[in-house]
Amino acid sequence: MSDKKTYTLNFGPQHPATHGVLRLLLDLDGEVVEKADPHIGFLHRGTEKLIEYKTYLQALPYFDRLDYVAPMNQEHAYILAVEKLLNLDVPRRGQYIRVLFSELGRITNHLLNITTFAMDVGAITPLLYGFEEREKIMEFYERVCGARLHAAYVRPGGVHQDMTPDLIADIYQFTQTFPKVVDDIEELLTENRIFKQRTVDIGVISAQDALDWGFTGPVLRASGLPWDLRKSQPYEVYDELDFDIPTGKFGDCYDRYLVRMAEIRQSVKLVQQCIEKMPTGPVVTDDRKITPPPRTEMKHSMESLIHHFKLYTEGFHVPAGEVYTAVEAPKGEFGVYLISDDSNRPYRCKIRAPGFAFLQATDYLCRGHMLADVTAIVGSLDIVFGEIDR
Amino acid sequence: MEELDHLTTVVQEALGPDLITAKLDRDELTIETYAGSIVRVLTILRDHPRCLFRLLLDICGVDYPDDHKRFRVVYHLLSIQLNLRIRVKVALVEGMEIPSVTGVFNAANWYERETYDLYGIRFSDHLDLRRLLTDYEFDGHPLRKDFPLTGYVEVAYNGEKKKVVYNPVSLPQDFRNFDYLSPWEGMLHKKNPVPGDEKAKA
Repeated sequence: MSDKKTYTLNFGPQHPATHGVLRLLLDLDGEVVEKADPHIGFLHRGTEKLIEYKTYLQALPYFDRLDYVAPMNQEHAYILAVEKLLNLDVPRRGQYIRVLFSELGRITNHLLNITTFAMDVGAITPLLYGFEEREKIMEFYERVCGARLHAAYVRPGGVHQDMTPDLIADIYQFTQTFPKVVDDIEELLTENRIFKQRTVDIGVISAQDALDWGFTGPVLRASGLPWDLRKSQPYEVYDELDFDIPTGKFGDCYDRYLVRMAEIRQSVKLVQQCIEKMPTGPVVTDDRKITPPPRTEMKHSMESLIHHFKLYTEGFHVPAGEVYTAVEAPKGEFGVYLISDDSNRPYRCKIRAPGFAFLQATDYLCRGHMLADVTAIVGSLDIVFGEIDR
Repeated sequence: MEELDHLTTVVQEALGPDLITAKLDRDELTIETYAGSIVRVLTILRDHPRCLFRLLLDICGVDYPDDHKRFRVVYHLLSIQLNLRIRVKVALVEGMEIPSVTGVFNAANWYERETYDLYGIRFSDHLDLRRLLTDYEFDGHPLRKDFPLTGYVEVAYNGEKKKVVYNPVSLPQDFRNFDYLSPWEGMLHKKNPVPGDEKAKA
């Protein structure tokens, strides 16, 4: 027999199964992965640096561009940080709208992840089903804020605009028909022999190791730990809503898929509850030092005009301090560590992206697996480079 | 919050001389420690039966160019058992190294690489301290406050050499750092009062 030779394979950065621009250097012994060295940073835009040069409001749209699959969840974490520094209260209706769109974001995110993950392991139909529904959710985004992806909708003190009754009715209608599509996708995948062969017992991680690697979100829950910030450290109105936290047992790729699938159904339930319980009233605080006045008011009130001008040039000042706020984004704990220095711009804004922690464990997860399993593992981790590279 | 007060006393007892300050602000506990004792501190926080901070969420740097101890390294930890968070801070003089905590948490690896990349803070005994986010062979540490927002170089494809080359950055318009702070309004005037302002309240 010939001497054992390690073959180094360069996987990516331009490969559809890398979910963006991941470059993986794989050391292979035959088809078995001996070492995986992910190279990231191909989508590094210096978001944190840019934010230091923007006012608090101007910094907001950068958060849409992090995890562009579920933009509003990111905004939410940042705005919670700003509100905590400002000690600002949000009207009830505003809170419900935020939760509603966070959950819609979770649905879009999981739809994208599950279906592309299925495509990575060979099933293309779920993608066609899932993207049709994603499109509908994007339209809801567009109707509420004017943009399909980069919403900039969650604002300090509430949300930018109220939802129209039409939109609420349509979202409710969507929650009635959508579970059927989830059933269809599930029927194609859950008991699918090929899908199970590709995912069961692949990329197993125990709960202890998952904690050690800094995992959060569905990936941690698939290992059996029912940890969800919406339950454990409830923000907004999550403590008034009724939902379950699905967990897995074995922490493999298949369990991650099952957890996400179950979370979609919980999110649908949450969206319905939000619509049913949503009170009437303002959606944004009326503190004019923070939120701009309505346009009609500006036509006849000099003071409103001044407020508007000051807010969109100088912006508001945030008292000095530092906070860390986190939300349960679809991928896991998305945290924002914000340091303010009494001026109108953040002194430092560190973004804690859940995917970053997942990706650095690729080596641990892939070792000893076959080359074909790498795509399954990377797909099941739910990686989006916008938030990892920042 | 009661739990946080309780945690503060637990941490004070457990860490002893390694603790410089413990501060509760906006329901968040921040403790400061020395660079030399960071490994011990994080190990205690992880294993102490009344802490159990098993999840290292984040490590990041902060730059205060005017301070003698210019850099801060900030660790965010979460205890799933207690449902509490803690922030550990270390102040560093420029050029000083800080021991790596990859031995305590596997998750620390990339966070330390990122901090090294963006701030140039070196972590001793880190096995693989390479740049993470910036380009291969990048020069400088972009998140330092003295690094310009536009950077120093830009990349372009050179048709003659048939490869991507670095050029000094050229801006068609000068970089403008707008200062909207007005001298007669805003919270800043607490720090720099305008003469005569004190009469307003009299």
